[in-house]
Amino acid sequence: MSDYVRYIDKTREYYLSQGYDKPYKWAHFEDIPFTELTKPLDQCRATIVSTSSITYRQEEASDAPHATLTDSVYSIDTDVPKDRLFTDIGHFDSHETTLEDVDSFYPVTHLRNLVAEGRLDSLATRCHGVLTSYSQRRTLEVDAPEVLRRCREDQVDVAFMVPV
Amino acid sequence: MSLVARYLEENGIPTVLIATARDIVERCGVARLVHTDYPLGNPCGQPFNVEEQRQIVAVAADLLETATEPGTTITAPFEWPKGDEWKRLVLTEERPFLEGEHYDKWMQGKERYRELKKEGKV
Repeated sequence: MSDYVRYIDKTREYYLSQGYDKPYKWAHFEDIPFTELTKPLDQCRATIVSTSSITYRQEEASDAPHATLTDSVYSIDTDVPKDRLFTDIGHFDSHETTLEDVDSFYPVTHLRNLVAEGRLDSLATRCHGVLTSYSQRRTLEVDAPEVLRRCREDQVDVAFMVPV
Repeated sequence: MSLVARYLEENGIPTVLIATARDIVERCGVARLVHTDYPLGNPCGQPFNVEEQRQIVAVAADLLETATEPGTTITAPFEWPKGDEWKRLVLTEERPFLEGEHYDKWMQGKERYRELKKEGKV
């Protein structure tokens, strides 16, 4: 198996070839914050944070939750059945794969199974979506605190973070 | 996403990322990462491969417990079944990243963001 893709280099080259001469400045920090579990995992409540623009089909005609540029954090109840969940995001390798199976990028079914097996205590009543494409400053100053607020409100102990 | 994970860690919530773009996540720096060496889109395993997905998510759950230091990365023990050619082709002229309506939507979003920023709304 060949080495993993260097997306930072690849995107720089790709967008240069498309006429964008100002390369994206990826976030970089020297220090890495780290919180250890304070209790066994089987006593922890989990949530998911996703950048997949996951949303769901409503039974009645009204807007399901989704990210907007002015409201970029939203939540989805974890008990929404899998067959109603979907995304129409284009930011993935659409030449090689699909997003038709939500469990391949939004593991709510698998977390639910971990709860059933006793590996996790519970799943929070909400999982969270974040739109992260536009501004790192906004992500840090607005979106991240909002995700934290919602996690605390739901007494979340651990978060599975799944970028697409 | 890495920025949000870092923020949760700073504020006392342990996190684990399950991601395909390892270099981007590691450049930012996160507490725990399960790297799935798959095309962008399926960090939790191949579509409809339930057993593989189950194992990858289980690795992430284990990592929450076992990681003792920040920046711990584990590679999921799976290979993309169609081979490695996608690694060479991703983000090339042959396989443009965003096309058609997705590209248009992205450009419209960028433009709208600029307008909202000017108006002080984002």
